[in-house]
Amino acid sequence: MIAVELRKLARRPRTWATLLMLDLLPTTVAVLLAVTHLGPRPGQGPAFLSAVLSNGTLFSVAALAIVLPLFLPVAVAVIAGDSIAGEAQAGTLRYLLTRPVARSRLLVAKLVSVLVFVLVAVVLVAGTGFVVGKLLLGGQPLTASTAVTSVSGSTLTPVQVALRTLLAIGYVALSMIGVAAMALLLSTFTDSPLSATLGALAFLIGSSLLLTLDAARGLAPYLPTRYWLSFIDLFRDPILWRNVERGVLLQLVYVAVLLGAAWANFSSKDITS
Amino acid sequence: MIRTAGLTKRFGEVLAVDSIDLDVRPGDVYGFLGANGSGKTTSVRMILGLVLPTSGTVELLGQPMPRGGHRVLPRVGTLVEGAAAYGHLSARANLNLHDASGGPAGRSTRRRRIDDVLEQVGLAGTGRRPVKAFSLGMRQRLGLAAALMSQPELLVLDEPTNGLDPQGIREIRELLLRLNDNGATIFLSSHLLTEVEQMCTRVGVLDRGRLVVQDELANLQALTGRSVVHTSEPAAALAVLDGRVEKRDGERLVVRADDPAALNALLVGRGVPVHELVAERRTLEQVVLERSEPGPVG
Repeated sequence: MIAVELRKLARRPRTWATLLMLDLLPTTVAVLLAVTHLGPRPGQGPAFLSAVLSNGTLFSVAALAIVLPLFLPVAVAVIAGDSIAGEAQAGTLRYLLTRPVARSRLLVAKLVSVLVFVLVAVVLVAGTGFVVGKLLLGGQPLTASTAVTSVSGSTLTPVQVALRTLLAIGYVALSMIGVAAMALLLSTFTDSPLSATLGALAFLIGSSLLLTLDAARGLAPYLPTRYWLSFIDLFRDPILWRNVERGVLLQLVYVAVLLGAAWANFSSKDITS
Repeated sequence: MIRTAGLTKRFGEVLAVDSIDLDVRPGDVYGFLGANGSGKTTSVRMILGLVLPTSGTVELLGQPMPRGGHRVLPRVGTLVEGAAAYGHLSARANLNLHDASGGPAGRSTRRRRIDDVLEQVGLAGTGRRPVKAFSLGMRQRLGLAAALMSQPELLVLDEPTNGLDPQGIREIRELLLRLNDNGATIFLSSHLLTEVEQMCTRVGVLDRGRLVVQDELANLQALTGRSVVHTSEPAAALAVLDGRVEKRDGERLVVRADDPAALNALLVGRGVPVHELVAERRTLEQVVLERSEPGPVG
């Protein structure tokens, strides 16, 4: 069933359009930076952008930071929100379930296909960032003899940078799985993919809004978007693990609870679509 | 093949299906009749395990539903409330996905089976055209093709001729009867009396959630003990049949007579020209109207 879901995902033009859009934004930023040489001052603008002008190899991480706050969650929410509700709206859900595909298997297959999309999207953004960063912004090539400056000011070896970039990719992917789980849960409740997608986004926007509010400070450690940008801490020297660890734990709890709820709802639901 | 006991579904306050005991036997072409909103589709969905009953049980091919669905549903072809397919894909790609979602079994024969069913339903020439460019009737044919893919023992079809033109309805009817001849049992839900009358061997009638009739079609269409006579001289016939004519409608007379042959002999013997004489049978429509409660469907 997983293979079937991946085939469905791959055969939808929307999937490829979304991936293209995701890569377009960081590429545009890279082009603008290369042409104007006007980087944001350190501490302002998206993370790492101040550093990439001097070293293009960091642009893959910068690209992740560019798409993470809005673009990536929107893309993931669209794909995951469509997963069950889209089949319900098209009327194909009843034929899948009487084929038969067990409801739990369908849910797992949908989840896995969304995960694959998340990973492909994140890796592609990082990869595109790396390539355009090197081509347009230049900087030292990643060989053993050169070094990259960490966020903390000390130098990192290329091996360290590569490892930490991989960790960052994993961390961002996990954060997006939280979004996917929320959208998937809503997708089992409604027959309208649009509602599921927008519901998941409302959840994230609400979380981001509360984070800016002093009165909600007590809630902050439990809000899903609280630690999203903590992957930057992976590029400090030494790595500042505290927030990364909390972020991983928080996302895992969210994913477990949301997926559990999705399974409980979907497996006992009357399919009237 | 399908057996339900006290099957009931309540949606909040509304009692959609009220304790029905269906019995579909092997080899039947079972017509499941009912007005729109009488609970047909909800019953079909419960039989297939899509909707969970409030109370009562369903047995499908000898297995309790929905628990045994994974064992028996592969042997059942379904068409529920209109066909559905992925609009951006071709008929062939849709059938491919449909079949593959049932698991790796039958992979080697998939191509041939797709060719076969596309031929059977008359969609062989659609090639790479995406389904979103199909007419309603073509989509319905594709849905039927998907139901036939696994060469099922039982076909559960909800309004299969929806959206088809008269020619298409006839083709599908012939296809279904051919499948039945080859051993498939067919459970067909419809609101069209004529469709059921033309195809089915057994009939169940649903009226506002209750099963009010379940019998062989032949039993339901029993003789009424009356004959219908067409004659160009109705006045003469009236004189001969003195008092036995129940209804006169121009040259058409409805006569109380158990034996049409004797009636014919009597009329001809007295010099009344008989153009047509048939023993009257009850129509399915009469049966349905008799057994259904009058008033608007709730």
